[in-house]
Amino acid sequence: MRRAIFAVVVTAVGLVLLLSFKPHDLAVAEPPSANAGPWTGDGASLGDDTGTVVDGDVTDTRWGPVQVRIVLSAGKLTGVQVLQAPAGTSMDVAINDRALPILDREALTAQSARIDTVSGATYTSDGYVRSLQSALDRAGL
Amino acid sequence: MGTVFSFDVRGGDFEHAVAEAVDWLHHVDETFSTYRPESVVSRLDRGELTLADCPPEVAEVLRLCDEVSRASHGYFTSHPDGRLDPSAVVKGWAIERASRILTRAGAVNHCVNGGGDVQLTGSAAPGSPWRVGIAHPLRPGELAAVVTGHDLAVATSGTAERGAHILDPHTHRPATALASITLVGKSLTLTDAYATAAFAMGHAARDWVGELEGFEAFAVTASGATWHTGDFPELAILAD
Repeated sequence: MRRAIFAVVVTAVGLVLLLSFKPHDLAVAEPPSANAGPWTGDGASLGDDTGTVVDGDVTDTRWGPVQVRIVLSAGKLTGVQVLQAPAGTSMDVAINDRALPILDREALTAQSARIDTVSGATYTSDGYVRSLQSALDRAGL
Repeated sequence: MGTVFSFDVRGGDFEHAVAEAVDWLHHVDETFSTYRPESVVSRLDRGELTLADCPPEVAEVLRLCDEVSRASHGYFTSHPDGRLDPSAVVKGWAIERASRILTRAGAVNHCVNGGGDVQLTGSAAPGSPWRVGIAHPLRPGELAAVVTGHDLAVATSGTAERGAHILDPHTHRPATALASITLVGKSLTLTDAYATAAFAMGHAARDWVGELEGFEAFAVTASGATWHTGDFPELAILAD
């Protein structure tokens, strides 16, 4: 029976995602390049799909199937995308939006509202976590 | 149930501090998870342990549960289904403690987000406050508001993400008036617990949070209307 889930991965923008089922070693990605400046206030962006992708299992939930994909660069995790999400749930957004699921760059006003994090619906459903875990396992992370 | 935690630390490399915070979260899981039959809390609930046998943080959490239960007139309870389940207090408390671990290690500008409940300290960039989007519970991909600040906690309670029902402990029926409610305070432990209680209260939460010192609330109702407590606009950018 899957229990509370923790593992640690570091995305390309210095954000550490803590997610695990079995204890994972810290998987540290390359920090942002020096050109980004000492502080990276830009929020997550997976605009460039460089590197390899590994798809997680399609996980069934009571609302429908969920599947995530992880993006790897030089063997380190650099991002997560949602491939399938039940219609009408808040995970839908990530299918067309390649931002890391916990950050949402949707504009709030006419100017784009750059935000650092999101409170509220954040894909913590069991289905998302299980699919993500399977992708991490498949990638050997 | 899996929870995704994220650490966003600005202004330096604090890998060691994050590792220590991660160890702390593992410890919390082993102690408090109600999904693990061998966790301390599960064994306490079955009577295999007395409170005196447990690590001191268990008593601390249970005291917090009592405090929140009293402050919320019973809308928060540590026995939602009859079994001991302090999870609603544990999450915010654990994140706040993780944040303190980071601060003590010198990482004074950080954001720790556990399942949408967030503790923030310092600045996102020199001179710039953190910006926390509040997910719109009824419109996937949209934000209902953006909260800004330096040292603050933001916790959202609602049904949007899991579809599960939070019950009104007084009627034992699902709380349905609100789609979500977000509380903003200084410390995530209370902010998170109060958000859970506030959601169960429905519209009555507006007056309740209004009376609380140091907390503001923003809610989206089941029909998509919004309301907020008096000083919330000072902290936030709202959609029109």
